[in-house]
Amino acid sequence: MSRSNRDYALLGRDAKLAEEIGLVSAQWYHTEIPRSEMKALMKRSDGPAIRDTIILFGVMLAAVSGGIALWPSWWSLPFWAVYGVMYASAMDSRWHECGHGSAFKTRWMNDALYQVACFCMLRNPVTWRWSHTRHHTDTIVVGHDPEIIAMRPADVARLLINVFGVYELIGNGRTTLQLIAGYMPETVKTFVPESERSKAFLIARIWAVIYLSVAALAIWMGSILPFMVIGLPIFYGSWHMVMTGVMQHLGLAENVLDHRLNSRTVYINPVSRFIYWNMNYHVEHHMFPMVPYHALPKLHEVVKHDMPPAHGSIFSAYAEIIPALRKQFQNPDWFVKRSLPGTAKPYRPEFHGDLEPGQPTPGIGGYPLATAAE
Amino acid sequence: MPWINACATDDIDEEDVIRFDHGDTSYALYHSPDGDFFCTAGFCTHEKVHLADGLVMDYLIECPKHNGQFDYRTGEARRAPVCVNLRTFPVKVEAGRVMVDLP
Ligand code: FES
Repeated sequence: MSRSNRDYALLGRDAKLAEEIGLVSAQWYHTEIPRSEMKALMKRSDGPAIRDTIILFGVMLAAVSGGIALWPSWWSLPFWAVYGVMYASAMDSRWHECGHGSAFKTRWMNDALYQVACFCMLRNPVTWRWSHTRHHTDTIVVGHDPEIIAMRPADVARLLINVFGVYELIGNGRTTLQLIAGYMPETVKTFVPESERSKAFLIARIWAVIYLSVAALAIWMGSILPFMVIGLPIFYGSWHMVMTGVMQHLGLAENVLDHRLNSRTVYINPVSRFIYWNMNYHVEHHMFPMVPYHALPKLHEVVKHDMPPAHGSIFSAYAEIIPALRKQFQNPDWFVKRSLPGTAKPYRPEFHGDLEPGQPTPGIGGYPLATAAE
Repeated sequence: MPWINACATDDIDEEDVIRFDHGDTSYALYHSPDGDFFCTAGFCTHEKVHLADGLVMDYLIECPKHNGQFDYRTGEARRAPVCVNLRTFPVKVEAGRVMVDLP
């Protein structure tokens, strides 16, 4: 097995190399779409997100009521299962879409749902907004993208444990405590501008008051029930977010400037699409972040002639991801290069170099180590 | 500086934006929903991205890269991740042409 030849640290060796070869804040490949068509796709409306938000909160309210009513009986379990997924997975996609500001047309609605979603996910609304901004600028660029969830080779134990939201909770819990204390790590400062930092501290402190109130209630009741409603759902409801999140980029290319090479579109069932708010159209979302979630299926139809074929199911996506992760243990430069249909514009070297699976990846300083025996 | 004859008024749809290059600089020209015209710098102040690929909503231009927003009448940055205001340039309409006063 080889050790990693990559330095994923945000201020590390490969961060500098990626910058030197022009991978940072670069121009990315875009499928051409006539302006009139693009404008229609980008058009904002409140209707779909209001409908979905009413359904989401309705389901959450019903599920949490059932869970509380039947607590502590095992019969409460299915109610918590539903509540948890809505709290810790559906809120992930609401955080995402509202962070882009495209879910609703009306700004305060975006902002309000964004704050609620951030609270549920324990993601500071300021630091996470800016880290996601960086993820869109430098998608899967080693040393620059703070949202790479599996390094090469993957830490499998970490991926599995995170099905229970453990690292999500530990990471965000630690950040929240740091921000409460008025401290922001240097790596986070690389993507959060000075003018925004005080807001991050303020929100962390407001959350501290809420969590302390929940703790006081739990002590007074002599029960963990209040934490079943607030906080613990991250443990028992993150699995859907992880299942869909893993499909976004894992096993695909790093350090390229064409989202068709580093992102994955997968057809999934309608319930998961509701929870994930259509982010299964992930190549499309990255190429055109202006298009709201409800228009992504339409966008997919418009651009699919220029994309690698979408995976037909979650199972098909994992059938690609798991062997790729295994191969990356032998050679971290391995990735899946999906072939394009005849109607697509070919992958262009000016967007990613002549990148081939298993060959040294541009902007990675340590590739001679990749195949060296341990 | 003389006024630059940038385009015809009907080159820009209402509530839309086009790119206008002059010399080696890029600008964005806007046609507001109530028929007025405006001009700003062509690139977002967050990263070097053409605003003309973005979306005009009333008096806001939303950047296509990270959805930052500016008021294109004043150049004011209105939504993160944009924090730095956009430069604006005077515009007048003469005989169906959009004229811009560029530096
Ligand atoms: S480049 Fe315009 S908002 Fe980031």
